[in-house]
Amino acid sequence: MQPTTHASHHEEPGFWQKYIFSTDHKVIGIQYGITGLMFLFLGLCLMSVMRWQLAYPGKGVPFIGPILSHLLGESMVSKSGVISPDLYNSFGAMHGTIMVFLAIVPLAFGAFGNFVTPLQIGAPDMTFPRVNMVSYLFYFLGGVLMLCSFFIPGGAAKSGWTSYSPLATIADLNLRPNGQTFWIIGMVFLISSSLLGAVNFITTIIQLRAKGLTWMRMPFFVWAQLVTAFLLLLAFPPLEAAAVLQLMDNLLRTSFFLPTGLVVSGQVLHISGGGSPLLWQHLFWFLAHPEVYVLILPGMGIVTEILANNTRKPIWGYRSMVYSILTIGFLSFIVWAHHMYLTGMGTRIATFFQTTTMMISIPSVIILTALFISLWGASIRINTPMLFALGFLPMFGIGGLTGLPLGFNASDIHLHDTYYVIAHFHYIVAPGTIFALFAGIYYWYPKATGRIMNETWGKIHFTLSFIFMNLIFMPMFIQGMSGMSRRMYDGGANYAAAPGVPGLSPDIIHLNVGISHAVWLLGLSQIPFIINFFWSINWGRKVENDNPWDSTTLEWQAPTPPPHGNFDKPIEVFRGPYEYSVPGHSRDFTPQNEPEKQAPVTHGNPVRS
Amino acid sequence: MEIPYAVKPRPDTGLYNAKVGIWLFLASEVMLFGALFCSYILLRVNAPEGMWPHHWLNIWLGMTNTIVLIFSSVTVVLGWASLKMGQFKKYKFYQAITMICAVAFLCIKSYEYHDKFIHYQINLKDGGIVDGHLVKSETTKDVVVVEGRRIKDIKELYNPPLDHEGEIIKIPRADIKIDPATREPMMENYGPWHNTYTGIYFTLTGLHALHVIAGCIVIFFIWGPLAKVWEKDPERYINRVEVSGLFWHFVDLVWIFLFPVLYLL
Amino acid sequence: MHVDDHTIEEMRHHIRRYLIVGGALALGTILTVWASLINFGSREINIVVALVIASAKAFLVAGFFMHLISEKKMIYAVLSFTAFFFTGLFFLTLWSMAHASIIQIR
Repeated sequence: MQPTTHASHHEEPGFWQKYIFSTDHKVIGIQYGITGLMFLFLGLCLMSVMRWQLAYPGKGVPFIGPILSHLLGESMVSKSGVISPDLYNSFGAMHGTIMVFLAIVPLAFGAFGNFVTPLQIGAPDMTFPRVNMVSYLFYFLGGVLMLCSFFIPGGAAKSGWTSYSPLATIADLNLRPNGQTFWIIGMVFLISSSLLGAVNFITTIIQLRAKGLTWMRMPFFVWAQLVTAFLLLLAFPPLEAAAVLQLMDNLLRTSFFLPTGLVVSGQVLHISGGGSPLLWQHLFWFLAHPEVYVLILPGMGIVTEILANNTRKPIWGYRSMVYSILTIGFLSFIVWAHHMYLTGMGTRIATFFQTTTMMISIPSVIILTALFISLWGASIRINTPMLFALGFLPMFGIGGLTGLPLGFNASDIHLHDTYYVIAHFHYIVAPGTIFALFAGIYYWYPKATGRIMNETWGKIHFTLSFIFMNLIFMPMFIQGMSGMSRRMYDGGANYAAAPGVPGLSPDIIHLNVGISHAVWLLGLSQIPFIINFFWSINWGRKVENDNPWDSTTLEWQAPTPPPHGNFDKPIEVFRGPYEYSVPGHSRDFTPQNEPEKQAPVTHGNPVRS
Repeated sequence: MEIPYAVKPRPDTGLYNAKVGIWLFLASEVMLFGALFCSYILLRVNAPEGMWPHHWLNIWLGMTNTIVLIFSSVTVVLGWASLKMGQFKKYKFYQAITMICAVAFLCIKSYEYHDKFIHYQINLKDGGIVDGHLVKSETTKDVVVVEGRRIKDIKELYNPPLDHEGEIIKIPRADIKIDPATREPMMENYGPWHNTYTGIYFTLTGLHALHVIAGCIVIFFIWGPLAKVWEKDPERYINRVEVSGLFWHFVDLVWIFLFPVLYLL
Repeated sequence: MHVDDHTIEEMRHHIRRYLIVGGALALGTILTVWASLINFGSREINIVVALVIASAKAFLVAGFFMHLISEKKMIYAVLSFTAFFFTGLFFLTLWSMAHASIIQIR
């Protein structure tokens, strides 16, 4: 009988199969990661241009201005580089859209979720690898559409990332299709990508947990990804429906969101009317509120893993954290209209949403508190992932707490649509989630590449980013409380105080200059990270073993980098995810899959029990 | 590399992967159609009194389509049951009927859509309104010929009598009122732009029809090109048939609500 | 594939059930149309009647054709959350817009 060789079972896949159309969750995770980071940087660039206009209204942007004029047309950017209000609005809408849908979600959920989750549950891959590949392709296509929209007549969408009707329909009314059309179709692709990803993640976590990995033995990171996936699964479809309706309003002259008697530029619009702009807002925010939890929960998961690892202690209150995150997921579906307090809702319904909004702050505080308490009595190891994880805690704290005045109906009247809101959510997403993402990159980089990123440059990256993030967003609280509105092209000059006329004080407006400089310096601070990231692939310090951080979770039990199929031996789990510094053990950590055996009590136990 | 529980169910959940996956996907579809139904209710509730159309759609065609889909639901589950009993030929037969039903549904729907696109509301200079189907063969650049009725009050437009005989009406184009806002003749067909009812009708049934097409394509692929999996791995094949059947039943379920909401109420 | 007699007997029982449910659905359809043509006095009653019949039909399709009546806990859990959020979307949105002004036609 002919012995069958290994080669006859599978052929080595070609370049396209291996790197572009791969069905391996790790390759897909890295694809999401690289694409997401590129969009993250693009979002920063868009804002950097906008910040020039805010700091120096009416002045041409140096170097880049004339280039943009050449690329996007003189109606958008004058020859000398002065950006037009239309371009400002375009960049603003696209900054939000790109950051939320093309950068953060793909990084937090697509990249980290894909790469780490199957490894952390001891699975060979996702349950539906081909669907996973399609998810990434849809994301990529959606991104391409969004990018293309900058270059079509009229430019990209300019009605805010929130795309409120009727503005979204009447902006560039004479151009069909226009940037908004591209935005909507791009969103349909992105939503479909997330939906498919969500189905994959939930099924994988339910069905492919290794033997012995019960629900309460799962790392908190996996819980976070599970809840995130549920939010994406059930909250995105209403936005997809709304997007279809808005597309029809834009292209087919329907009036789903356009009220009767709408007059644009002195002309009555030739539409049937009968629609409701509020309907768009409800459908949009039904997604967009759970969406903000999608933005933060994976970050909480990443920080938890890194804190446990670098405190050499189990996470305090793991069980409470799990129940809290499930509660957050559940409540996040019934708080959305706190974004709509000023739309004329009845007081009873506003009170309902205010109540649920206050309720949802409780589990968030529980999670943050548990993480803080986890530091107590810990043997803290300082390294770059830990610095970012530690930095996350107070930053998310500030962001979360500053949300409370926004959640109260009464105080929101003064703060709605001001820079206070911008500061609030940026504290959560920028020095919040993005720090968690950086932490995750530095932490899991050795598993993916077999090398560690340079520690000195990592510390420099952290220090500079931390300083500049705060210099950018802290003053915005003050600007917002003084009444400076969002989305103003002139940086508030129109509302400046004058003799006898109350308005924004010149000091408040002048804060724009400092903020802008901080933004540009933040951008420059990312250069060490970018160089470090690419340089370390080939020249970083090699890891000595598969588990350089001495971690307990399963991904560190796989070879480095893990092959197709992940593990070279069957995985069975015997204990929880954070068995660090267990008294009586010779090492200060016990991997989840290490079989139980009599642990000799040795002297010279390096860990303080 | 084999993904566990793709065919055999996982002991503690009792489910195989694709079954979990399809139910999750259907949950998201419930939210998708739910949002559209919610929009329908809102738009209807916000419409002024008497200004929401009733009986603009042919009830009998709608009822036929409902029966067609229900029938196809029965055949799709009988197909799966035949496979469970090892009767491959019977499965092929039942699934073929399912697909024929799908095509029949789409044909009837296309006819209904076409009907709306040739159905016009024409406002006249004397204040009257003509509502009828365009007779293309007799319409010229001077005269519009429709088969329909003349009405005085716009409220009659929204509540046509159930059985009305259409009469041939010839309208000189010069008699058609010009819209002061757009300076176009006020003659519009009942496409999605006509009012929010037609808008939501086309959206709901259009999205539903896309799901019918997608479901039919998937059922066809499993029935035809992928049929060889039955020989190699019958259990895997049955699972695929079951999962596609679940999607098909969902499509039927949505129509069970669409029909009364859009056609009858 | 090897199919034992027990499976065949079980399936025959199921098939009978499917056919009965199919018949019930067809009857339900005719009932819906008939009920919609009856004038109950107020439109609201027609709406309630139509939705009750539709819900009954939906229950039959989901319960028997989709085998939900004998499904596993995990699926029930997913669907009950979906039902809750679906209800929230409907009622909270409608409640919020109940005080919005009615559009006047020109």
